[in-house]
Amino acid sequence: MYGNAYIDPNEKANAMIAGEDPIKLAEFEARIARGEKIEPKDWMPKEYRKQLIRMIEQHGHSEIIGALPEGTWITRAPGFKRKMALMAKVQDEVGHAQLLYSAAETLGKSREDMTNDLITGKSKYSNVFNYPAFTWADACIIAWLIDAGAIINQVANAKGSYGPYCRALDRICTEESFHLKYGHDNVVTLATGTPIQRQMVQEALTRWWPPIMHFFGPSDKISQHSEILMRWKVKMASNDDMRQQFLNMYVPKIWDLGLVLPDPKLKLNEETKKWEYTEPDWDEFKRVINGGGPCNAERLAVRRMAEERGRWVRKALYNATEKYVTPLA
Amino acid sequence: MIKSLDPRLTRENIEENNLIAPLTPMDNWETYEVFHQKKRGDQHMHVGIVHAPNPEMALLFGKEQYGRRSITANIWVVKTANVFASEYDDADMFETTPEKQYREAGGYKVMDKINKYKKANKA
Repeated sequence: MYGNAYIDPNEKANAMIAGEDPIKLAEFEARIARGEKIEPKDWMPKEYRKQLIRMIEQHGHSEIIGALPEGTWITRAPGFKRKMALMAKVQDEVGHAQLLYSAAETLGKSREDMTNDLITGKSKYSNVFNYPAFTWADACIIAWLIDAGAIINQVANAKGSYGPYCRALDRICTEESFHLKYGHDNVVTLATGTPIQRQMVQEALTRWWPPIMHFFGPSDKISQHSEILMRWKVKMASNDDMRQQFLNMYVPKIWDLGLVLPDPKLKLNEETKKWEYTEPDWDEFKRVINGGGPCNAERLAVRRMAEERGRWVRKALYNATEKYVTPLA
Repeated sequence: MIKSLDPRLTRENIEENNLIAPLTPMDNWETYEVFHQKKRGDQHMHVGIVHAPNPEMALLFGKEQYGRRSITANIWVVKTANVFASEYDDADMFETTPEKQYREAGGYKVMDKINKYKKANKA
């Protein structure tokens, strides 16, 4: 858009920037191109705001809902130390949601509205949390490999253009590194343990592999839309690139333990240095994300229950003379 | 009824369609900006916000949110509404100009004069 003083709203490629002031847009894009961050009160295109709210909000919801399958295992985690560690991890996840909601709030959507959109099913959250953690080993696989995937995604996004989101992600990534170590330690303990422990972790890995392959989402369509989001540093890496990075880092670690991944096609192509794999079942992915997964109903019902039961406490503490101001950073 | 893998949840007898009234504005209260001091002698740094109904609870949430992993000596909380901030659009007011070197250490160079003086008075 540089040097182009007119944005033709009828041009399909311009749908995302239709109606924007071309001069302000050029300044905005130049700032991002220089590697500077955008701060809450800066001018920004409507679509930039909208996409960031959607993304950060969903990220926040994922942290909250993700705490549910793991929280289930706190009372049954083997041994005092693991109970304490899991409790700390779950507390971290809820804390991450607070940080993310705060970042989204600076863009003008209230936290109440975000919660409303979550509990009515209007907003989405990471699809993996619609699957159950059947055994302790499932909780271990989540802590290791789902958190590993999340770190890849978050490290990429931490280099994005929106200041408050980057700051939240920097803090989150530091904490996630403990989760990853803790998860790996648990998986290694099971994989190097008794035959029953080994079988348990293998079964959990087999169950979780399809959701893990879904984790980064379907291949991005190469479109004007995604090109603009990349230029605005809203989207920092393609879904396929992040999936490749994950496979590169973690498949060897899984194989080191002699565990088997349920995909006979999975291998590193030595020429292209890319991983080859069976295309994940994207129909299943869509079915689950739209409410058809094994735990969707439970997750939202539990979330609504928590919200409803806490309401009287929040009301009792509410002071009617106060009023809401959008947070600064 | 929700039948969960978590026996605690199953015991709660949660209806699957337990629709609830939407949250209204201020349900989550207002926000406080949190400032964190890592150790004595350091500056307090802004680290983020918490939602709280009063300053005491803001301090409590601030401790949980920003002080539970990193080393912490002290935290402050300030109501967001009480912060008066400059506008990024006015950033040019912070700009300086080359002729303002008189207020910088680098604007004062005396070695040339000293060397010249020493050379002249050597004899």
